[in-house]
Amino acid sequence: MYKFLARRLLATIPVLAIVAVLVFLMLRLTPGDPAAILAGDAANTEQIAKIREGLGLDRPLIVQFGIWAKDILSGDLGESFYFKMKVTSLIGQRLEATVSLATLTIIFAVFTAVPLGVLAAWRFGGWFDRMLMGFSVMGFSIPVFVLAYILIWIVSLKLGWLPVQGYKPISEGFWPFLRHLILPAITLSVIYIALIARVTRASVLEALGEDYIRTARAKGLPESRVLIRHALANAAVPIVTVIGIGIALLIGGVVVTESVYAIPGLGRLTVDAVLARDFPTIQGVILFFSAVYVVVNLLVDLSYVFFDPRIRY
Amino acid sequence: MKLHRIAAAFSLVALATLFTPAALAQDKVLRIVPHSNLAILDPIWTTAYMSRNHGYMIYDTLFGTDEKAQVKPQMVEEWSASPDKRLWTFKLRPGLEFHDGKPVTGEDVIASISRWGKRDAMGSALMTFVDRMDTPAPDTFRIFLREQCGFLLEALGKPSSNVLFIMPKRMADVDAFKQIEEHIGSGPYIFKRDEFKPGDKAVYLRNPKYVPRKEPPSGSTGGKNVYVDRVEWNLALRDAQAQVNALQKGEVDILEALAFDHYEATKKDSSIQIPNTAPAGLQYMARFNHLHKPFDNPKVRQAVLAAFSQQPFLQAQVGVKELYRSCPSMFTCGTPYGSPFGSDIQSKSNMKKAQELVKTSGYDGTPIVIMKPTDLASIQKLPDVAAQLLRQAGFKVDLQAMDWQTLVGRRAKKDAPDKGGWHMFLTAWQAHDIWNPIANAAMDTRGEQSGWFGWAKDDKLVELRNQFMRETDDGKKKKLADAIQARAFEVGTHVPLGEYVQPVAARKNISGFFVSNGNLYWNLKKN
Repeated sequence: MYKFLARRLLATIPVLAIVAVLVFLMLRLTPGDPAAILAGDAANTEQIAKIREGLGLDRPLIVQFGIWAKDILSGDLGESFYFKMKVTSLIGQRLEATVSLATLTIIFAVFTAVPLGVLAAWRFGGWFDRMLMGFSVMGFSIPVFVLAYILIWIVSLKLGWLPVQGYKPISEGFWPFLRHLILPAITLSVIYIALIARVTRASVLEALGEDYIRTARAKGLPESRVLIRHALANAAVPIVTVIGIGIALLIGGVVVTESVYAIPGLGRLTVDAVLARDFPTIQGVILFFSAVYVVVNLLVDLSYVFFDPRIRY
Repeated sequence: MKLHRIAAAFSLVALATLFTPAALAQDKVLRIVPHSNLAILDPIWTTAYMSRNHGYMIYDTLFGTDEKAQVKPQMVEEWSASPDKRLWTFKLRPGLEFHDGKPVTGEDVIASISRWGKRDAMGSALMTFVDRMDTPAPDTFRIFLREQCGFLLEALGKPSSNVLFIMPKRMADVDAFKQIEEHIGSGPYIFKRDEFKPGDKAVYLRNPKYVPRKEPPSGSTGGKNVYVDRVEWNLALRDAQAQVNALQKGEVDILEALAFDHYEATKKDSSIQIPNTAPAGLQYMARFNHLHKPFDNPKVRQAVLAAFSQQPFLQAQVGVKELYRSCPSMFTCGTPYGSPFGSDIQSKSNMKKAQELVKTSGYDGTPIVIMKPTDLASIQKLPDVAAQLLRQAGFKVDLQAMDWQTLVGRRAKKDAPDKGGWHMFLTAWQAHDIWNPIANAAMDTRGEQSGWFGWAKDDKLVELRNQFMRETDDGKKKKLADAIQARAFEVGTHVPLGEYVQPVAARKNISGFFVSNGNLYWNLKKN
């Protein structure tokens, strides 16, 4: 187990290095000049050239990469061209909103989708199963912004129950924090409910056809115990995998939801940085996302041990 | 029983929320959704409008420009000029104080002028006249000119980027090509640096020590009275529909830039007003690249001027008739130099004439590379109209879609259009940026020296502009401005495409709006 962990952690180093090189090169090859953007509309070419020089963008690529790589190795993601702040501070400012939204979304999704998926598998072919599959197709198909606008119109504008937009950090009180996140989390969770419910249904359906289920039922165990303790536990590996991917995707940015609900999260930061050609911020954020993906995948792999004792590392 | 307890707990939390200090203080907070994100906090380092607006919150200016384009004193109490108009003496108002408690002195002013003069186009032009500056007394400063200058006060009081904001000397001494790290001004608000989160919010507190002028506010002049404790700029709310939703629900008080698509519906909402804060508006403009074929040929540019009737651009981009107007002037209509003088090539032209001009111009069929920004709703339809009108006139067109930031980077390149350069882009300018021949960057025709993208070159226009800079008589300045405009139409520096007003939307309980550029936030009361 520890060897596996050490091996996987070591493997992250080349992964992050490759990501770093690719991101650096891709940004330099993309059209757009950060200096021209920073200078503003009325600036002239001479002023833009001076700003470019000040940012170090007139130096050879290899020199620029060397400086950045050296900074990263010392734990510094550099300073944003655009926001004139440390990239680590920028990520830190936006992390709470993104993590909060991701957590609430996953909680909504898991606690809704898993029971629904199990019930659909149990009542395979029945009206509930068909209804859930119908909902699932709808959940996949409906664009997030459409759902967001519908929810805002009904819940916020017509009923006046929840705010239209904004984010309150948890330090300003739990209820203000929660009430600003409920609608965005519901909006985002719909697609994850659809996904997790389908995967749960398929996995549990497969498990229900196994011999040990027949044995459990023959032993006279109550159906709820058969479903949860035997079928769901054995179907957990693919479900956990999907949840893990979901968490990584949510941390990686949910730009549309953040835009519609005005949540200052990492997704918006990424878009702002891309639009401003803010190289240090884009590089830092992409590296951070890569690290999150690697860690989440590792945690998912490790969790298999708890769900399936046959798996050993 | 358990359910009852949970419900009771939630109710208590909800009640507690209602009576938190933040909720009680809500009526003293003005919540504004600006037109864009605020990232750069140095209004001299960049010409970005958001940085300028931030500057107006925390800094003060020596002079301002009122709604009738008249320059009026702001920090200056009195001033005088020598008979030969080469020595100007200015005395500051008493009681001017920076947010750190130190008094504003002539030394701060001189350092601020020097830094601004290195970055701003009008400031740079002014500095070519300035021999030296000094401070005979702490509250006085003098400007010694090499020769008579016709726009000294206009430059000191220019209302748009870059505005001459007065900073403490230690801040103004920072290299003009490096951003300042401190944000201390003497303006009506104090910037809360610790609460600033780019992409989220910017916070300003009322400056209790600010002494406003007695005159009513008008443009960037007059009394900057503050009637709220705190102003919050919501930088996260950038989706147009979400902005309107938030305004309707009362979660924000003012939308700085109401989308045209939402104008009619928002106007009908009884809880919302559309104050007339910036009637001078903005002007759309098509800019040629004068360095490359075919737009190195004035006859080809004339053909474009003839083809570009303003109505199709305005109808397509704005759509709401009451918000736009045709204006065959290179200076903003309704301001002192706005006039149709010399604009016949555009104002009395038609497509037939354009087609004839294309045929006789020697145009060789080079495809016209037009850069189209797909992500900037305020101008994204203009290139489509331009492409269609050019095709009708007989041009071949290569309409290239890109995001605005790519366009901004690419337009600075002087390469040939088939090697990553360009032929034409379209943009919009706020009225105050183009309302006289010095401020209007598109009329600087010093070729590659002029710097502004397109690099128009015309020596006669340069000479007329130089005369304008030296002229002090208003009547003669007006005649020179007419001559400059006529020459600019003749050589085709650029094409004005009409003007529009950017509507501001606000809750009905906000009062005290005044005519300015629409982005100034004093004198406002929240009832």
